[in-house]
Amino acid sequence: MNILRIIEQLSEVDADVLGRFDSRRAVFKGLGSTAKKGALAAAPVFVASLFSKAYGQAAGPSIIEVLNYALTLELLEEDFYKKMTAAGKVPAGAPAGAIALILKHETAHVALLTKTISDLKGTPVKDVKFKQSAFPADYETQLVVAQALEDTGVRAYKGQAGNLMSNSALLQVALQIHSVEARHAAHIRTMRGQTAWIPASASSLPAPLGPVYTGNIREDNVVQSKVNITTDLGTPYTANEAAASFDEILTMAEVLDASRAGGLVA
Amino acid sequence: MSNIKQNASEEAEFAKPLYTPIKRRSFFMYAGATAGATALLLSGCDDDNDNVVPNGTVSLGSGDVGVLNYAYALEQLEAAFYAQVKATPAADFSAVEKDYFSQVAAHEAIHRDFFKAAINRDAPGKIIPTLGAADLNFTSIDFTKRASVLATAKTFEDLGVAAYNGAGKYLKTPAYLVIAGQIVSVEARHAAYVRDLISNGSFADDSIIDPATGLDKAMEPVDVIAAAQPFIKVKLDASNVGK
Repeated sequence: MNILRIIEQLSEVDADVLGRFDSRRAVFKGLGSTAKKGALAAAPVFVASLFSKAYGQAAGPSIIEVLNYALTLELLEEDFYKKMTAAGKVPAGAPAGAIALILKHETAHVALLTKTISDLKGTPVKDVKFKQSAFPADYETQLVVAQALEDTGVRAYKGQAGNLMSNSALLQVALQIHSVEARHAAHIRTMRGQTAWIPASASSLPAPLGPVYTGNIREDNVVQSKVNITTDLGTPYTANEAAASFDEILTMAEVLDASRAGGLVA
Repeated sequence: MSNIKQNASEEAEFAKPLYTPIKRRSFFMYAGATAGATALLLSGCDDDNDNVVPNGTVSLGSGDVGVLNYAYALEQLEAAFYAQVKATPAADFSAVEKDYFSQVAAHEAIHRDFFKAAINRDAPGKIIPTLGAADLNFTSIDFTKRASVLATAKTFEDLGVAAYNGAGKYLKTPAYLVIAGQIVSVEARHAAYVRDLISNGSFADDSIIDPATGLDKAMEPVDVIAAAQPFIKVKLDASNVGK
């Protein structure tokens, strides 16, 4: 790999190319030590990360910030289900059993994340409460909010996976929570007579559900990694099938926006 | 990327796409964690992993493409299972169940076709062979019986969730990790739903979610393949996935 030639070519289309890297000296120093080790194969990775740093977005949130963000959402969910249980409108039997099971998991997630943040010498958030004025009096609407919280949680964890790549153990834990949120979402959705997954047709709904499925990448998206699922796979698939097969991310800013979970925090 | 053989021809191979003049449009593909970075990473992981080794074992490969092949193998298995269920539905299925299997058959076929397209695009020549009907073994499943089909679907979906949960950490390319995350939550939705069809309320019960931590399962690739192997005649080797 001839990195000098790549940089030379980049400079033809971007005069600031060298200024974008940490510094001219650092580029060649980093490359030199890599090359000295004879690890030619590492060069593409090195170059990719170099370009990510030079042209990518500003640095993402720290691991503690990501974990506290997750903890905030878990505390919000936990308090919501506590309020739902206390309100006494959940029918006995299967519905009450499901809500109790979900609450048990949210409480476990709160404990796990709190301990993890403390172990990492961070300060775990606490006392996040569901806004009383947003809490619905009737059971049907409570389920609507539960669906909004769970489907938001799925999108929120998914959106942070990339920010945990530097820590394999934490990334795996986050994924193990993420799929539990998806199981919760599936069950709450079926309690409401919805499909367990999110078809394209369910992506423009009234609040509080509507904004849960919108965003920079909407849940009715049918293009994944530049592949149009409905038309590019040899076999045609419907928009509903394509959208349901892939859940979409929400960014931290989108989740914390007042139109979504951010607006439900007391 | 442990046992790279360095020689002139391979070095030329690495550099080939990068020697062509970079036009403004394609230049942007090289910035950030996008398709450009992906291509760079994969060209770097040019391990000596011809998929079929002499004794007939299929190696899933190493690095990111190993993880993609691993996912592709599992999605092929799931898709073939659901296609069979859809073609020969059990007589005692409810209308709801028939509809469930029809929809999930499409989801899994999409996952399979997507991975095939993505691997062929991002890592030409590295894809594992297609697992056709002759390569699979569904003799343990009684497709005429609802209970047998639901139990198998539950096994496959829970296994799929654990597989993606355990494989995420092996991906080096952020874009692939996001895709894996986009798929695993759909697998979890399937798992929850089929569990509820078997027994309402078992979508996330203590048999699958650790009640103390609230965590779903995560399994290593070799363990997942060992669990899936009875359904696949050709032997799969996942020992280098992600390495």
